[in-house]
Amino acid sequence: MKDPIFLDNAATTRTDPEVVEEMKPWFDERYGSPATLYAMGAEAKQAIEEARQRLADLIGADVKEIYFTSGATEANNWAIKGTAEALASKGKHIITTNAEHHALLMPCRHLEKNGWEVTYLPVDGEGLVTPEAVADAIRDDTVLVTMAHGNHEIGTIQPIAAIGAVTRERGVTFHVNAAQTVGHVPVDVAELECDLLSLSAHKFYGPKGVGALWMRRGVRTTPLLHGGGQERKRRPGTHNVPGIVGLGKAAQLARNRMQSEAKKLVELRDYLIEGIEKGLDDVRLNGSRSERLPNNVNFSIEGIEGESIMLSLSYPTAEGSRPVYVSTGSACVSGTLEPSHILLALGVPVEMAHGSVRLTLSHENTREECDYVLETLFEVVERLRSMSPVYKRGASKCATGNDNDGCDCEAAG
Amino acid sequence: MYSEKVMDHFQNPRNMGEVEDPDGVGEVGNPQCGDVMRITIKVDDQERIEDIKFKTLGCGAAIATSSMVTEMAKGKTLGEAEEISKKMVADALGGLPPQKMHCSNLASDGLKKAIEDYRSRHGSS
Ligand code: FES
Repeated sequence: MKDPIFLDNAATTRTDPEVVEEMKPWFDERYGSPATLYAMGAEAKQAIEEARQRLADLIGADVKEIYFTSGATEANNWAIKGTAEALASKGKHIITTNAEHHALLMPCRHLEKNGWEVTYLPVDGEGLVTPEAVADAIRDDTVLVTMAHGNHEIGTIQPIAAIGAVTRERGVTFHVNAAQTVGHVPVDVAELECDLLSLSAHKFYGPKGVGALWMRRGVRTTPLLHGGGQERKRRPGTHNVPGIVGLGKAAQLARNRMQSEAKKLVELRDYLIEGIEKGLDDVRLNGSRSERLPNNVNFSIEGIEGESIMLSLSYPTAEGSRPVYVSTGSACVSGTLEPSHILLALGVPVEMAHGSVRLTLSHENTREECDYVLETLFEVVERLRSMSPVYKRGASKCATGNDNDGCDCEAAG
Repeated sequence: MYSEKVMDHFQNPRNMGEVEDPDGVGEVGNPQCGDVMRITIKVDDQERIEDIKFKTLGCGAAIATSSMVTEMAKGKTLGEAEEISKKMVADALGGLPPQKMHCSNLASDGLKKAIEDYRSRHGSS
């Protein structure tokens, strides 16, 4: 099988070889725990502190405000449940949006079951919420506003700084899930005016299983886990030293190359968007055209289903063809057999959510690969549409009475 | 996650399209995830399925089961074809992942509906 073209970088990225190199010694050569005092522990301690500094530099934070976690899911859970618990005597109302990742939605649902009230602000057709809507939703008992910076599925970037100004003024804690933005677009915690921010290393060329919660000094949260005194007594557990070192390296690389990378990705992204809009009828771009992550392309393709698009792209049959890895919001892959709640939140009709495909780029993708992907996608769509009993039903009844196999109805009609 | 057989039928579907002047048409939708399947059949004097074709909007399993059911039904009498169950289709494909078992309903139901349609048009029972 030829080299795959990986266009699922919102799910995870390839760990950068430089990151892997930097992590290596911390597995089997320098394996001491940072919590110990002998030399092997002390050097591990130094390594994680260096990583903390690198991450702090990337997001404009104070090193003392960074807590390493197992990823963004843990950071979100900590931020949301920890804030809710710490401020329970003040109020039990939380505000979020109706287009969030499960790692943010589910902690909110959990609290809802336990006596908290959650307002899910409806996003508009592009996936945006306004600072005014947040302001209107804040009540006397509101203790937390929580939402994603960049949406993992449709790529929409929320006006976080403006929302932060509102929460700041009203004295409500503001948590931002920045898993999709850190390392990809500038994230500066001071500018965003938030209080808590989650991130994950593997979304920006770091290793899986490590992330961080940034917590502004003075913000009140209860720890999620209880145990030893690591991370300023707030996040116990022996440090994942190789992972944290990898996170630090990824942060350093991102800081150096983010700007040029984003420029390149925006070009490739827009090339794909334009290519799809020119090459296919009856498609719809999901998300915002302007407020969009540099690496995200998400289309609904009428008349066909997402899993079959994904399968066709990832298991090509033609000799010498390259597998293309993408994702979909189709009901058929969701386990619950419901289409993506994010697409539905945008007002995308169920049938169109069914045929959604998400392509997310990395800095390793090239223009040639995009050309290849476009061409392959067009073939796949044509084939699946020719199999679809509903696409263009009525509009293009086969005029010649031939088998649809060999009949170009469009031309005939 | 799919068997080789499923992938084969997904990638090289048998009997895809529409029968010309069909004697029976069955169209079914999957209420769970919104997929649609359409089967058209041509029936000879002996009440055998002379020709059968499908069109399906759906996941890999839905397309593969559609293809498989047409292959299984072709040449059979209507009575025999009616006996084809969703389990038989799934088994013939080397099994389906548990969360995809419902997709094979589509195929056997589509076939039954096409046969019903034939019978109602031809007044036989
Ligand atoms: S048809 Fe939707 S899951 Fe198979």
